[in-house]
Amino acid sequence: MRFNQKGNTVAYDMSLFYFVAFLTILFSLLVIFTKNPVYSVLSLIATFFTFTIHYILLNAQFLAVVNFIVYMGAIMVLFLFVLMLMNLNEETEPMKSNLIKIIGVIAGVTLLVTLVGSIHALQTTGVSATPNSEIGLVENLGKVLFSEFLLPFELSSLLLLSAMVGAVLLAKKDKRTNNG
Amino acid sequence: MELAFLFEKLILVTVLFVLTLSIAAYSTWLERKVAAWLQDRVGPNRAGIFGLLQPLADGGKMFFKEEIIPSGSNKWLFIAGPSLALLVSFLGTAVIPFGQNIELFGKTVPLQVTDINVGILYIFGVVSLGVYGIMIGGWASNNKYSLMGAVRGASQNISYEIAMGLSIIALLLVTNTLSFKEIAEQQHSWHWNVIYQPLGFLIFIICAFAETNRVPFDLPECETELIGGYNTEYSAFKMGAYMFAEYINMFVSSAVMAVLYFGGYNYPGMDAVNSLLGPTWGPVIGVAVMFIKIIAFIFFFMWVRWTIPRFRYDQLMDLGWKILIPLAIANIVITAIVITVVDKL
Amino acid sequence: MLMESLSGRRKVLEQKPMNFWERIYLPAIFKGMGITFMHMFKKKETIRYPEEEREFSENWRGMHSLKRDEDGRERCTACGLCALSCPAEAITMISAEREKGEEHLYREEKYAAVYEINMLRCIFCGLCEEACPKEAIYLDGPIVPADYLRKDFIYGKDKLVEMPIDELEALKGAKV
Repeated sequence: MRFNQKGNTVAYDMSLFYFVAFLTILFSLLVIFTKNPVYSVLSLIATFFTFTIHYILLNAQFLAVVNFIVYMGAIMVLFLFVLMLMNLNEETEPMKSNLIKIIGVIAGVTLLVTLVGSIHALQTTGVSATPNSEIGLVENLGKVLFSEFLLPFELSSLLLLSAMVGAVLLAKKDKRTNNG
Repeated sequence: MELAFLFEKLILVTVLFVLTLSIAAYSTWLERKVAAWLQDRVGPNRAGIFGLLQPLADGGKMFFKEEIIPSGSNKWLFIAGPSLALLVSFLGTAVIPFGQNIELFGKTVPLQVTDINVGILYIFGVVSLGVYGIMIGGWASNNKYSLMGAVRGASQNISYEIAMGLSIIALLLVTNTLSFKEIAEQQHSWHWNVIYQPLGFLIFIICAFAETNRVPFDLPECETELIGGYNTEYSAFKMGAYMFAEYINMFVSSAVMAVLYFGGYNYPGMDAVNSLLGPTWGPVIGVAVMFIKIIAFIFFFMWVRWTIPRFRYDQLMDLGWKILIPLAIANIVITAIVITVVDKL
Repeated sequence: MLMESLSGRRKVLEQKPMNFWERIYLPAIFKGMGITFMHMFKKKETIRYPEEEREFSENWRGMHSLKRDEDGRERCTACGLCALSCPAEAITMISAEREKGEEHLYREEKYAAVYEINMLRCIFCGLCEEACPKEAIYLDGPIVPADYLRKDFIYGKDKLVEMPIDELEALKGAKV
């Protein structure tokens, strides 16, 4: 974005950041607190949208757009797709037993403790990526990915390929049993 | 931020907004005219000369019709569906360059709202978002036909996005950039990308038909099987919003195809025209050429609609997954090999 | 088993597997698009109705008209045969006796004071025309025009009776 590369817009960026961060937290809370699963998914989509804005504010345009396409445009569409077909609503939601509630609370608190502990242990000295960093632009990112991080990049693509092959195998009809 | 910059962009956005709306409105008129011409009829000719006021009459009718929200529906999402569809369809116009930089009142003005360096991916993202309007509206209607339309829309869009993305990757191998402006500049005079990427263009245009839910891929709103699909329960202006969104999508994808494959505002002999007319009127001709291309594509969309019958749903999926995706991958491989060989020579 | 063709015009069509060009569909699609494109330049079949009218056939049955005789007197004698013959129950009338001094208006001694046809009920079968002993009703008019209210479709004598001859002549004179 044009505005971010100028020094005099930092204050503007900060207020925008706080606003978007507020929205992010609001929507992610809505994901948990709404009873209707479809509303949950819609809030999750909104949360991902605010993530996209965060990436743009960090001048990571490629990441922003990929987040936009992959998460908002594809994965969440599938989520919504499945939820709509299941037609869940408040009435059909089964009552949860107290045991499950207690387990949930314990798990949540454990996660919270871990997160707080890790943040405490991290002891951030300063933000490594300055707002003017241009590493997030698609050209620079591509160069880094295909030189410095070539091996991890290719390995992750291999992972995706194997997942795809697995999905195809699962979806394929077993000829011996079905064509009998 | 300078005020002048903001002001310039504001004017550009306003002009673009009005232009998009009026093109969408007149697309409805053109659609009916083209349908009539292809069927040996006359088409709308009562409102104004050649029926040119027909879009106004249609719009007025839609405003004054009764708004019905079904009692079993989810009221908020029922309203959110068409709003979202209309909103998202407008977003795409932001990155399309409609002309060269033009000199106006001693200032050089780019005829593009914003030239982000991931322009193509942005368009791609906006297109993939378009399906939410259909899905939310279809689900919120609480009608099985609407739901089936929504489900069809979602799976169709996801399936064809893959082939579309792959066909764009082959194009990117040729252009080496994701910015619309640069891609347009590269296709100076007659060096249009369609010459280098004919197969890619074919795949792209088929996917564009599917993404805009136009015939022969209009299964989400198929009248014969789903009595209107996702917009079965919609009436009055909410129905109009869906229709408008469809025509705006058509306009945006026509503009994208014109820029990516047909040179955008470039035309053979543009250098001579530009030096003859100067930096103000030269680009104006370019803009006119761009719009001629866009309208030609819109006409093509309609022409296909009134010629080809709808696909069956399994045929649609077969075409997307078993034919277009392998073809697009083959296109990438061939393009990559050719580029490597040409570079080595 | 194939039965013998009596007409001798039987054609045996064999279904060949599609070749490559047929299977990719694109040539067929372009051919179809060529055909539809050529239709753009064909003569339009549309008749712009209120301005232009399609030629009616000779036995066309349109709006009814109640005829006058050569002296300009109404022929109808309100016998009610048309109403009786009407399968759609569209016709109704009230008869009245001709007074002295009205001989130039009505041909018979009894005439229809009120004569109404409900055009929404009428099916334009022409049975009233056939039933009429006085040759007073004919379905020789134009298409019955559209309207907004149901009551406006009940046509009275003001709309049905032929114009008097002198008025018709005056109208013709004005036109010429």
